[in-house]
Amino acid sequence: MSLDAAAVRRVANLARLRLDEPEVQKLQAEINGILGWIEQLQAVNTDGVEPMAGGSPVAVALPWRKDAVTDGGQADAVLRNAPDREGEYFGVPKVVE
Amino acid sequence: MMRPTDYTIAEGLRALDKREISSVELTGAYVKAIEAHNPRLNAYITVTAETAMEAARASDARRAKGEVGALEGIPLGIKDLFCTEGTRTTAGSKILGEFVPPYESTVSGNLKRDGAVFLGKLNLDEFAMGSSNTTSAFGPVENPWSRANDPAKRLVPGGSSGGSAAAVAARLAMGATATDTGGSIRQPAAFCGIAGIKPTYGRCSRWGIVAFASSLDQAGPVARNVEDCAILLRSMAGFDPKDSTSADRPVPDFAAACTRSVKGLRIGVPAEYTMPGLAPEIEALWQQGLDWLRDAGAEIVPISLPHTKYALPTYYVVAPAEASSNLARYDGVRYGLRVTERDSDLRDLYERTRAAGFGAEVRRRIMIGTYVLSHGYYDAYYLKAQKVRALIARDFTQAWEKVDAIVTPATPTSAFPMDERQDDPVTMYLNDVFTVPANLAGLPGLAVPAGLDGQGLPLGLQVIGKAFDEETVFAVGAALERAANFTAKPQVMA
Repeated sequence: MSLDAAAVRRVANLARLRLDEPEVQKLQAEINGILGWIEQLQAVNTDGVEPMAGGSPVAVALPWRKDAVTDGGQADAVLRNAPDREGEYFGVPKVVE
Repeated sequence: MMRPTDYTIAEGLRALDKREISSVELTGAYVKAIEAHNPRLNAYITVTAETAMEAARASDARRAKGEVGALEGIPLGIKDLFCTEGTRTTAGSKILGEFVPPYESTVSGNLKRDGAVFLGKLNLDEFAMGSSNTTSAFGPVENPWSRANDPAKRLVPGGSSGGSAAAVAARLAMGATATDTGGSIRQPAAFCGIAGIKPTYGRCSRWGIVAFASSLDQAGPVARNVEDCAILLRSMAGFDPKDSTSADRPVPDFAAACTRSVKGLRIGVPAEYTMPGLAPEIEALWQQGLDWLRDAGAEIVPISLPHTKYALPTYYVVAPAEASSNLARYDGVRYGLRVTERDSDLRDLYERTRAAGFGAEVRRRIMIGTYVLSHGYYDAYYLKAQKVRALIARDFTQAWEKVDAIVTPATPTSAFPMDERQDDPVTMYLNDVFTVPANLAGLPGLAVPAGLDGQGLPLGLQVIGKAFDEETVFAVGAALERAANFTAKPQVMA
């Protein structure tokens, strides 16, 4: 599978990355190089193999915690690093006309 | 005369205990060492000299009252991927801007709880993505070692924990935290002639560590020797309810395991790790390491890990996929950089911020990850890679029926020049060929300095162990270290 320039633009769009034209060309070549190398995985017989999700080497059940409020009421700490804020809200450009 | 920066952590703790030195003296010596050598090495992004001296005074006061933690008064460096309350955390990226975490990562918090003093935040590849520490937005780190026949050629320290490894090797910290997603502790440790362990997945909490690939990321220490790594890991590790993948298991006395005999242990040697491109000196060192273990009473057992050759391509599907998902949070809204034009709408804000904030390697991996997770390609790439990952893990499970630990080279080469291997991403990825399988399988891996190549550069061996059996890994690593008696020092050192 090989990506054309339009596919690179589509993926960049999904990833919310603004790319200029020279970058599309460069990434297209690099990504196709990497994908070509990854292609060798298709040669592995994985019939009947359960995919490994998660990183634990031993079977573990995901722990459950009590469904209770454990934190909160820290608007100032949460907003302290915001590039723009209005009161207790994050500031963003107008979203709805 | 012993200089303060000569002490290992174990020696420093004894000297502090006997009042031969104070934490203020020890920390002051490291602050001076950083002032002298950091301008060249660029190992630290942020130096917190004043708060370090304050913490050292507080530590000495605690000690005077008899309140002595396991790392009381020991000055450490913290990889700038760990959130530190009140101290800027960058992940080596522009996109975090002047982010100052309002919270402390669990691992760094555990070290503080035990009395450690933080000297500052250590440089790394951007978002821990790299094997050379050349992708940092804060400039590359230089390896304190150089080639005997070409001392002017600046070498990489490895990555992504290049700042951590360079700082420890050059004695700009007694030890340091690091993280390892595909080799980011073990490869730089090997390149800088120090020890480093990636523990079992789940041994250390990931809470408060800037996420790269969540099913692969693990924190661990780098230090001057195996025993110091064991001391640091004991403090760093432990169950944390804030990380649902953290393991609810007791933390053993890892340092005690360093003195265990390896007599009777079965050491596996995977046939597939003898591969083209492996430097002959590294192959010879590997054989030497196995001879040392045989002399110490271990049994050397040939094994097969048949899916080894698929580990790197598997990793380069799984890791970028998880990264593209984790890095979606950098949106220019809640923290970090924001880039807008006068007429930007929200989408334009996202796209401009992310284009300006992420470096080339990070953008490349986000693109790959987004593609392999996208509609129509998920099964062919991502699901396939997860299945191959299961086979790689199964190879190890089968090996554990025959052996107690596996010994391999840590890296296929010694440290390379800063201006090499930058053009082709796949060539750079080959650095991690020996380290990636342990991440995919979630197993502990330790790098131990074991010798020098013909150019006088350090070479490391790797010990891989069973899940949650870091103790055997430490025992084998310490045995290799004793036999290797690695005493060479880098050219740049405090």
